[in-house]
Amino acid sequence: MAAITKSPWIIHYDGSSCNGCDIEVLACLTPMYDVERFGIINTGNPKHADILLITGAVNAQNIPVVRQIYDQMPSPKIVVAIGVCAANGGVFKECYNIAGGVDRVIPVDVYVHGCAARPESIIDGVVKGLGVLAEKQAALASGETDPDVSGAYLFDPVSYAEKGDIENGDAEGAKDRSEAEEEAAK
Amino acid sequence: MGIVVLLIVLPLVVACILLAVKSDSIRAPIVIGAGIAIAALSIVLAIGNHGGIIHELWQSPGTFKLGGVQIATENAAAGVSVAMTVIGAIMSIAIIVLGIKYKKILAIVLAIIQEAAILWFELSKGYAIEAANTAAKNYLYLDNFSLIMILIIGIIGSGICIYALGYMKDFQRHAAGEKDRRPWFFFLLFLFLAAMVGIVVSNNLIWMFFFWEITTLCSFLLIGFTRTPEAVNNSFRAVILNLIGGCAFVAAIIMMGMHPAIHNFELSNLLDIGTQIKAAGQGGDPVFDTIIGLLAFAGLTKAAQMPFQSWLLGAMVAPTPVSALLHSSTMVKAGVFLIIKLAPCLGISGLFAIGPGFMVIIVGGATFLFASFSALSQSNAKRVLAYSTIANLGLIVACAGVGTAEAVWCAIMLVIFHAVTKSLLFLCVGTAEHRIGSRDIEDMDGLFGRMPRLALFMIVGVSGMFLAPFGMLISKWAAMQAFVDSGVLWALLAVIFGSAVTLFYWTKWLGKLTAIVANRTSIETGVNRTEMAITGLFTAFTLIVAITFPFFSGGMIVPYLGVTFSSVAENVFVALQSSDMIVMMCLVVLVIVLVLLLYGSNRKRVMPLYMAGLNEGDDLTYVGSMQKDVPVTLRNWYFEDLFPEKLMNRIGVIVTSAVLVLVFSYYIYAATALGQYLLSGGAGGGAA
Amino acid sequence: MFVFYGDTISLFQVLSLVLYLVLAPFAGGLIAGIDRKVTARMQGRVGPPIVQPFYDVAKLWKKEPVTVRTGAQDFYVLCCLIFMIIAGSFFFFGFNLLMVIFTLTTASIFLVIAGYSSNSPYAQIGAERELLQMMSYEPMVLLTAVGFFMVNSSFNSATILTSPYLSIQYMPGLFIGLVFVLTIKLRKSPFDLSMSHHAHQELVKGLTTEFSGRTLAQLEISHWYENIMLLGFVFLFFTNGSWLMVIVGIVVVIVVYFVEILIDNVCARMKWQFTLKSAWIITLIFGGGNLFVLYYLRGYLWMASQYQ
Repeated sequence: MAAITKSPWIIHYDGSSCNGCDIEVLACLTPMYDVERFGIINTGNPKHADILLITGAVNAQNIPVVRQIYDQMPSPKIVVAIGVCAANGGVFKECYNIAGGVDRVIPVDVYVHGCAARPESIIDGVVKGLGVLAEKQAALASGETDPDVSGAYLFDPVSYAEKGDIENGDAEGAKDRSEAEEEAAK
Repeated sequence: MGIVVLLIVLPLVVACILLAVKSDSIRAPIVIGAGIAIAALSIVLAIGNHGGIIHELWQSPGTFKLGGVQIATENAAAGVSVAMTVIGAIMSIAIIVLGIKYKKILAIVLAIIQEAAILWFELSKGYAIEAANTAAKNYLYLDNFSLIMILIIGIIGSGICIYALGYMKDFQRHAAGEKDRRPWFFFLLFLFLAAMVGIVVSNNLIWMFFFWEITTLCSFLLIGFTRTPEAVNNSFRAVILNLIGGCAFVAAIIMMGMHPAIHNFELSNLLDIGTQIKAAGQGGDPVFDTIIGLLAFAGLTKAAQMPFQSWLLGAMVAPTPVSALLHSSTMVKAGVFLIIKLAPCLGISGLFAIGPGFMVIIVGGATFLFASFSALSQSNAKRVLAYSTIANLGLIVACAGVGTAEAVWCAIMLVIFHAVTKSLLFLCVGTAEHRIGSRDIEDMDGLFGRMPRLALFMIVGVSGMFLAPFGMLISKWAAMQAFVDSGVLWALLAVIFGSAVTLFYWTKWLGKLTAIVANRTSIETGVNRTEMAITGLFTAFTLIVAITFPFFSGGMIVPYLGVTFSSVAENVFVALQSSDMIVMMCLVVLVIVLVLLLYGSNRKRVMPLYMAGLNEGDDLTYVGSMQKDVPVTLRNWYFEDLFPEKLMNRIGVIVTSAVLVLVFSYYIYAATALGQYLLSGGAGGGAA
Repeated sequence: MFVFYGDTISLFQVLSLVLYLVLAPFAGGLIAGIDRKVTARMQGRVGPPIVQPFYDVAKLWKKEPVTVRTGAQDFYVLCCLIFMIIAGSFFFFGFNLLMVIFTLTTASIFLVIAGYSSNSPYAQIGAERELLQMMSYEPMVLLTAVGFFMVNSSFNSATILTSPYLSIQYMPGLFIGLVFVLTIKLRKSPFDLSMSHHAHQELVKGLTTEFSGRTLAQLEISHWYENIMLLGFVFLFFTNGSWLMVIVGIVVVIVVYFVEILIDNVCARMKWQFTLKSAWIITLIFGGGNLFVLYYLRGYLWMASQYQ
């Protein structure tokens, strides 16, 4: 079995959730559930992490942050969306500022249901994700280009800021910025 | 003899020529030519004479030929002595006149005291003692330590002069509209070199004192070169503190003349007596100890040891080549040179034995510790360098104070490494200052992107100052060993804690230099070619010296120690095992190979820095609250609360002053007691 | 036996060097695994398998290679690993302890520079804290070496190992001081300022924030090499050439490491001021005090050896 499945390090991001799921994620680290049994460490740092645990429906301000954190994780990597909100927006679905689910922003590999998701099911979700992780690792080893890297989510410093602004509804900000860039170019 | 005298005369002649040269295009070839000639001469001299024998260069009675005429050295020496007295008096008058002009009473008073004392002594006693002494007299000599010093002065010193060409061009451009006083500047630089060579080859202390005074005057004029109020103040502080040392020097000369057992002015004679006293294991003659103590005191002032450190800090107002010269190859090195020369008379016999050795060790150790502490809170690169110089000189002085062969080995090694590395660093900071407009370390943020070559040079310099396997650290290691061997635990503790702090302030500078900051474009193209060439050359020296130091040790220092410490077995000259030195040498090579092979070859995917997901993508700004762009600024720690500069300086000054006062009052007491004993009829025993 | 620039080198030295180079990563990794297991048990958890650190490194080794800016940090971390191995090799080969310490310092400086070179806010703060930690522990480590010299008349670890003097007998103060700064060196609370294995620190992952993949793995391996050498230092206190003391030494090393884990688990992290002040005060009192006693004792020891 690939080493990656024995040492899945996680980063946990709160995409504007009600904190219910977040508390359950952290509960997994406690002696009661003790995810370190599986070699899981909560790194808090995308550059060390293999699994992005993300809660909440992701609001407009979160979008660039979530993308950036996702981009900063080296492949192979998976995303586990935790709770109903992360799956499809949940009760916040129709809000004006809500993306409505993590998969509107970045690709998700495993959905963990529940409101709030129970620690057992979170652990179950992560363990399910390990299979995906192993597949991705194998694909990477066989020389395939990683879709997560070469695809649309690859970090693009130039257009990045603009995208963020537009999605924030800050079209003027984007305009200002592009004007500033033009001036700088001159 | 020819080359040595040429090394004094050539810079002198060049200095006078440069005084008359107004145009850049003529000055440049003269300076470069003279610099190369001086360096070449010193190398030739070193290659010809490194056997470890002391050469009496100018011995009388004897003769030498000058332009086909046989001249008795006796007459010539007397002539030179008279000339020195006259020129010395003129120099003192110059200081007094300037003192009157700028209303500096202390400088006037000290200059008058010093000049009056030396004039009185020379005219009433000195010449008579010289004339009455019919035994062989050595005026000039050359041994391996002098050779090392000549190499440093000749190569580093003249390199700095060449660097100054480009630097002063920029300097003049920055000070547009003011009178171009560069002829004067270069006159002083070359005069300085001549005087330094004079110091390291004079065996007659009156001669040495003459050159000593020239360096004092030169540094005074160079520090005050810009003539701003700050520069004038600092130059007077320098001259006042150095005149205090000068007075001590004069007092030592007078006492040598008065002392029945010495009765001449020869350094070699003084050292012989000291070695005999040490070998006999006697308690020491308080008058003799006082002479050594006074000379060491003069050395301490010149080497900017606490409590006299303030002049070297003030000297930063001068143009950077001056700082480089003062810190690396001249001035302060004259102070440590004298103390290292005295090392056979220093040393301590017990943990609390009050003697010149005790004084020098405590002053050196305390200076190392507190100057290092003070450097911690500095962000001005030149101030960091200045404190580091003071600290390292303290270490050298403490080593010399320990007085054993292995400690002197460390001291000389430190002198070499420090001269090479510190000159490199000053020149780098000078160039960087002209390009980025600041000498603050924080502004050197990401210098690697802006001035890659200069940053590389600076990195080599900074690493050379504190990091294994480079030279300074090896000497520090040897110094620790020497301190342990001689049981000087206080000094050992000072070195250990001081080194820990040293590590911190150098590394944070190194960190600033190595940081790779985004979007930096090179601004290196406009740097003067001579500046770059000399800085590059010194970088190469730093590395070469780090690799070849075992050969320096074996070829030059050990033979010198063999002559100086003839009673000590040869295997204890070097504190380090030769296997350790070879291993360190290999590590230097390894570092260079690693950098050449691996640095900068990146085939990895580059991603932006982690800034909690809010990096704007350029690594320079992040999205702050209310969606504002906030630039990232990174600053170092300076510990102003834990190691406040003023307090650290004050403690250092108090400790060292207390030791100086203690030691000298003890001598005065002891000498008075001895005098009373002699007067009361026990004269026979005292006149030994 | 052969001679290298005046040093006689025994087969034993070569053997221990080879053993260190080959076994230290395994032993270091195992110790790290046991550390995590014991920590988990202290917290009432099951904890990861003992070989977990090897899984971690194996995983990191296969991750996608990514870096920041010019990738300079990866070069510095590699240098850190190389110098760490060299320092350890010097120690187990029996070279001068001061040389070992200085090479170790160089390795740590490379790590600090790696942190600085990324110009990342988290990494730089971590780097400076690492530097502060070095400033805190360096004097004590050097004093320990000096103490060994005073007792055994040699800085060479090979000589200290076989010397008839039992160092702990003469340098208990230095031992206490060393164990104290070992807490800093092993990155245990309350002194895990620069990088911490505990989750969710204000520093993210401190010094290591920008490292990933193989670079992080190299750093981990360098810690393994370093820890084995540090424990070697502790062991050196208990040697006098007899086999019995070898066993005692190993037991003490285990106890010391256990105590460090215990301290890690019962302490919260303190401010950096506490690290610096406490380490220096302990160094001065226990280290300096012990040395001054030794200084007088040394004359006695030498006289005793002359007498025999």
